[in-house]
Formats: sequence, structure tokens, C-alpha cells
Amino acid sequence: MSASSQWHVATVVDAPRITRTARAVTLSVPGFSGALAGQHVDLRLTAADGYQAVRSYSLTAVGADERVDVLVDRVPGGEVSTYLVDDLRVGDQMEVRGPLGGYFVWRPDDAGAVLLVAGGSGLAPLLAMLRARRKIGSTAPFRLVYSVRTPDDVFFPDELDGGASDVEVALVFTRTTPARWPRPAARLGKDDLVAPGFDAADGPTVFVCGSTGFVETVAGLVTELGHDPARVRTERFGGA
Amino acid sequence: MGIVTRGFGGRRPDPGRPLPPGQFLTQDFPVLSAGPTPDVEVDRWELVVTTEHGHVRRWSWGELMATPAEDVVTDIHCVTRWSKHDTRWRGVSVDVLLGDVETTGEFVLVHSYGGYTTNLPLADLLDGQAWIAFEYEGEPLEPVHGGPARLLVPHLYFWKSAKWVRGFEIHDVDEPGFWETYGYHGYGDPWLEQRYA
Repeated sequence: MSASSQWHVATVVDAPRITRTARAVTLSVPGFSGALAGQHVDLRLTAADGYQAVRSYSLTAVGADERVDVLVDRVPGGEVSTYLVDDLRVGDQMEVRGPLGGYFVWRPDDAGAVLLVAGGSGLAPLLAMLRARRKIGSTAPFRLVYSVRTPDDVFFPDELDGGASDVEVALVFTRTTPARWPRPAARLGKDDLVAPGFDAADGPTVFVCGSTGFVETVAGLVTELGHDPARVRTERFGGA
Repeated sequence: MGIVTRGFGGRRPDPGRPLPPGQFLTQDFPVLSAGPTPDVEVDRWELVVTTEHGHVRRWSWGELMATPAEDVVTDIHCVTRWSKHDTRWRGVSVDVLLGDVETTGEFVLVHSYGGYTTNLPLADLLDGQAWIAFEYEGEPLEPVHGGPARLLVPHLYFWKSAKWVRGFEIHDVDEPGFWETYGYHGYGDPWLEQRYA
């Protein structure tokens, strides 16, 4: 059995609420190591009577061994996400398996351009890529297009603020914008996905993550814009 | 292991009948694909079976539609942990399609429009265990779920049920498919929880 298929005991060390519906959960996990940006873990929760539930969560940061960072957004009625968002406390224990997945991954030695497109909590694995790039000092060109409903739904707005970074971050608001925002609230469209250095002719790798509807729409738009489907990698967030 | 997650456990759903280990029941039909949904026209659609000797058998869409089909009601299990009970499909049994294909090969690499592949033993495609499905819940299969036609092999994790199927390559040796080269299990029995290699 490889290390990534073993269950490790995990203890919650931090779990701040970051929006009305989401928390950033940090776990201390002895034995966990070697994750790549874009990979996920399985979390296993066990009730007092032995009942267990397992869900997959994307890592939001990589590079620190024995530590697991995930972002949990509450799914209405979701058995695991409602517990993690509403009830979890520092010191609580669960189990972790991983890192898992090898396709929706950004490797630090890849110097090519990368276009990231996130819908809502689909930001999670793309955030790991942005953080990994910054941590190792990579100069690979990155652009993030991040679609959210309202300004209150932006995860980690200070970190994503482009001022201190060479990554262009384009926020797309679909319901409500901040005051004097130049782009009216509207669903993400082709114009939002076009930018010098990240167009089809530039051949970026495109990572798209969000709900199924979001991913289908965006993958269709970038394909219509001429991106090679083989360079478009998708990950979807299911419910529960 | 003895780990208990404090406060967890009050909201569990009742699946009604047993689920494979580590699965939860969903009423939705979630989607998992590695890339964009390909646009597959039925006018140009074909299913191509190639044997280990290079013999080729082809079916056009019209030929598939003219082949006796079956209604199938089955449970499906995705490696991403959702299961769905009593899904209703219509499709042609792979037994019918491979009935006059001569082969002694034991393994199949399934190919899809869009480039996806997955591998499984030939025996798992036979004996009423697999279909080329083109209807779901009484409607033509939507592209996002693999339409116009997908492989349906419900006794294995659902990544083996290749969407947008376009062919079977029969081989003497087992060759890993797409997810199988990225760490997923070569066989994928949900009841044995064969998720990862």
C-alpha cells in the first residue's frame, strides 16, 4: 500500500470562517507529504457509533509536509460540509488520505503560460497553484479569472489583490459588483477569457474548476476561442 | 484506528439498501470529465472494434439504432464517492456487438471521442454486464453525460463507463487507460473499494 492510500490521523489546528458559507480548515497530519498543486485529499469523519463518511477536498496549499489546507463551502443539506462549516472546532480529529490525483496538477518546473478559471469554491485547487508558483519564485505567466456572485463571496481577497503580485487577477461578479466596478454584473463570457499572453495562439495550459454548469460553460467557451481541448483540464465540485 | 470526530454523525441519510464502502447516495447526476465535452455528431459517429490481429468491425449510428436494444435499470457508483440508485438506460448489449468478432484477446482498451481511454478485461464487457447506452431516463443521452453514446459497465466504478465511446481495441495484454495512468485502479470494483492503484 503506498503512502497516499493510507489513512493518517489529522487534528484541526485552525479553521477560520472566510465567507458567510465557507471555512479554511488547516489540519496537522503526521505522515502526510509530497503534494502537488491541484491534488486533493479524502477526509474521513467517524461518528461515535462507528458510522463513517468520506469526502474529497482539493488542497489549497502545498509544500508544507504534515499539513493539509482545504477550503470547505457549505452545501445546503450536505452531511459533511455542514458539519465542517458549522460545528468543527480546533482540536477535533478526523482522518486524511492522499495526496490524490495526478492530472489536474501544476508542476513547479513547468515554465509555460497558465490560465486559471475558477467558479466560486472552484478556486481551491487553483489557489494552490498560485501559492506554489509564488513560493518557489516561478516566473511562469499566470492569469486568474475568478467568477463569484457578490463581493462577499470572494475567498482571500487580500491575497488575490494583484497589487503585490505579477499575476493578473480578473474578478467576474455575476450578481452584484462593488461600487464603481467597471464590468457590470453578468455571467462569465468570452470577453472575460481573452487577454494578451493567454490567448489560444499563446498555447497556455487552461485549468477550469467549479460547478458542473460553470465548467461546461467555460470549457465550451475556451474551446470556441480556439484553445486546444487537450490543453484544457477540468475539475468539478459535486454536492454534499 | 479509534478516531472519533467529535460532534459528527447526526444527519446521515438512509440509503435504503447497502452501498459500496465509502460511497454516499445522491439524487443528482454529477459530472466528472478530465476536459471539455466533445461535440460528436451522429452522422459521423461510429463504433470501431479492432482485434489483436488487426481485424476491424464498424457500426454506424444507423446500424447501432437498427440493432436490438435493451432497457437497463441499474445502480451506478462513481470513484468520487457518489452512488445513484435505479438509473434507467437504453442501449445495445456489448454481447450483441461482439457476437461475431473472433478474438482470443482478454483485455480491452476503450477509446472515446475527445481522447479519453479506459481499460478493462473483455470478460467484464460480456455476459449481460455492459451496454452501449444512448438513452438516459427516457431521453437521448446528453453530451455532458457522454452522448450520443457511452459505454455502461455499472458493476465497475463509473470512470470505466467511458463517455463518448468510439471504439474497443482488444489486446492480449492489459494496457492502462487515462485515469489508470494517473493512479486509479486497473480494475475498479466498488464493492472491494478498488479506487487507487
